[in-house]
Amino acid sequence: MLAVAADRVWKYFGDYPALRSTDLHVEAGSCLALLGRNGAGKTTLLRILAHLSRPTKGDVKIHGTIGYLGHGIGVYDDLSALENLLLFGRLQGVKNPAKAADEALERVGLARVKDGMAREFSRGMRQRLAVARAFLHHPEILLLDEPFTSLDDKAIAVLQSLLESALTGGATIIMSTHQIREAMELATHVAMLERGKMVHAGPRTTEMLTDPGWLYRTYGEQTS
Amino acid sequence: MKRGLVTAFVIAKKDLQTELRTKESINAAASFALVILVLFSFAFDIAREEFYAISGGLLWLVYSFAGALIVNRSFSRELPNDCLDVLIASASPAWGIFLGKAFAAFVLLVVVELLSLPVFGLFYNIQWVPVFWPLFAIMVLATWGITVVGAGLSALTVNVRLRELMVPALLYPLLIPVLIAAMQMTTALLSSDPFSLATDAELRLLIVFDIVYSSLALYLIEFILVF
Repeated sequence: MLAVAADRVWKYFGDYPALRSTDLHVEAGSCLALLGRNGAGKTTLLRILAHLSRPTKGDVKIHGTIGYLGHGIGVYDDLSALENLLLFGRLQGVKNPAKAADEALERVGLARVKDGMAREFSRGMRQRLAVARAFLHHPEILLLDEPFTSLDDKAIAVLQSLLESALTGGATIIMSTHQIREAMELATHVAMLERGKMVHAGPRTTEMLTDPGWLYRTYGEQTS
Repeated sequence: MKRGLVTAFVIAKKDLQTELRTKESINAAASFALVILVLFSFAFDIAREEFYAISGGLLWLVYSFAGALIVNRSFSRELPNDCLDVLIASASPAWGIFLGKAFAAFVLLVVVELLSLPVFGLFYNIQWVPVFWPLFAIMVLATWGITVVGAGLSALTVNVRLRELMVPALLYPLLIPVLIAAMQMTTALLSSDPFSLATDAELRLLIVFDIVYSSLALYLIEFILVF
């Protein structure tokens, strides 16, 4: 069963086509690493899948609740860690937001500082709070835009463990990334965008795992 | 429907809670309103009766300027850390997010208006206490008009670099009907008996304005936020 189906998606910014007839089909329960150079259209595609942007043309179907972790951490500086999670828990219709927030804070190691204001947290703590926020409602589909970028070691470990348990629990993960090694360890599928066009999509192979540069050498710079 | 109303409640509570902590908008709006009222009282050298004649105009000019300061922050307060993206991605109905933001701005502006009234009465020697409840009714209707249009424009300009200038520039022309109606009703109320027949048309105008602009904003907000 498909969790995400995007067909012939185009997205124009003015005259510039950021996505050009892009197709993406992701099976439920799989983990897709979305690769591509800067400006290839990864963020644009993820924003469309997260309902943050409308495609200019094409169809997008999402089957399941979404958890989104974008470039910004998406937490309020003037609310405490607990208040942030309670807010998003209520917005996402979590049945017992207080319990879910406490559990999420425990998972990311912020339970002791749950009443501290987000603005008083270190960068790493804020990132872990963002991870807790994205996973709070146990989403069926996780959309992660370069999730490992600028994370500290602890946050990377927390995120990897949460992603592994989400995948075990049947969640679908789509993550854009430049950190190919980290992504390949988790990915079951790999897709590659090149100048707004999907040039490869398929299961992750052993070649990709042992030689992360192989994909770029094989599929990179194919479109004109 | 229920999800949208829950969203509105949660967003309004969050906006008021953060505003209570930072006092970013309310300090600016309240101090602006009070200073303008005090300055105008020294600027005009007119008889007491004439103060009654300009009372509605003066009050609503001050309220509309203070309102612009408040609604300007409605959606731009979501920009740090890309919080607006997370709100939209949470699948909360866009109209619920808008309603919550408009309601929070409405509460803040009503608070500023109530804080200004004693200063207005004191410096202009105008008796507003006997007509407080009809005046409050006008304030509620006109303030909702100001905040629903203002919050809509705040959403429309949230990604524009010059949004602090764009919101007032777009807001005041749209507010002309609601301001004229509120000014005339307030002047009539403060200078004579409450709600004469002459104010019926203005009252209807305020109600229709609120309904039309609320419906438009709630319908269009999805297209404004996600494009």
